Amino acid sequence: MSERAASGDRKANGVAKPSRRKLMVYAPLGVAALGGLGFWAMLRGMQDGSFNPRGVPSVLIGRPPPEFALPALEASSLPALASADFRGLSGPVVVNFWASWCAPCIIEHPHLMALQRQGVPVWGVNYKDRARDAQSFLSRLGNPFSRLGADEPGRVSIDWGVYGVPETYILDRGGIIRWRWAGVITTEIMSQDIQPLLQRLSRA
Amino acid sequence: MKRFVFLALILALPAAAQIGDTNYRLRDAGQETRSREIGKELRWLGCQNQSIEDSDAPLARDLRRIVREQVEQGASNEQVMRFVHERYGDFVLLRPPFNWSTLLLWATPALALMGGLFAIWRTRRRALPAGPQELTEAERARLARLQGDTRA
Repeated sequence: MSERAASGDRKANGVAKPSRRKLMVYAPLGVAALGGLGFWAMLRGMQDGSFNPRGVPSVLIGRPPPEFALPALEASSLPALASADFRGLSGPVVVNFWASWCAPCIIEHPHLMALQRQGVPVWGVNYKDRARDAQSFLSRLGNPFSRLGADEPGRVSIDWGVYGVPETYILDRGGIIRWRWAGVITTEIMSQDIQPLLQRLSRA
Repeated sequence: MKRFVFLALILALPAAAQIGDTNYRLRDAGQETRSREIGKELRWLGCQNQSIEDSDAPLARDLRRIVREQVEQGASNEQVMRFVHERYGDFVLLRPPFNWSTLLLWATPALALMGGLFAIWRTRRRALPAGPQELTEAERARLARLQGDTRA
């Protein structure tokens, strides 16, 4: 009887203190849980490709590409690429910066082929490559490009703000850069970013 | 003695790592120093905490070369920085500019300091009246009951 009274008393008397102590325990736990959740979301995003920790927003979004004129790839029948080609387009185009020495470029290559089969013009910039190597890359894996400029010195790529291959841009029919992806094109990037954007731009 | 000299040479070896890329040095020492100053302000985007002067990546080398070419042609530091900034955006500047999108970044130290001061002020304010206090009537009764309990 007296024990029950005492415990009831304790509850009534010290209501402020235990709740504050609880806060001291749960606040750090809450912070840790939030951090863990954020970290988990980041890792998941990295896995499916929707989060790119190295992603740097392109300055060129909403702007036309820089003025340039690249030579065609030596001994290839593909037309060259210059900024003039982006005037008077009939629909959106995809511009892909790649090199034969770049392993991720091999990984994303099937997606470029798929875009080409779909009828989207895919234009390439061959970055710091040997013409022979680039040519054998294309004949081995297939050629998705309807235009291909060779940027052996890499200067035009710098003008585009490219900081590594592969990098992919989408331009609308007005020749304005709408999207840039610095990294490999994954299946998720294709379905979540590239395809919806291309659809929207071809309708517009 | 020979062994000592050998050891000293080995120990001095890391200094050679600082010599870096000698390919595109400008002959004019003043211009070279200026180029290096500019390069130190520019982030190499491939390895996010390296400046283009510190990185050995081919593209960083190209950017170093561009900086030197422009300095040689008489461009000011601001002109060179603007050239790179126009292509790679705010992120390329190791010292980000102060604008709306970087406001939070710059304000964070001040905000953290204010938060800390606020926390100190709050805990101190709460701690102050905690001197020796008279027991209330209820507490005194409870104490007596507890003492009675242990004795029983």
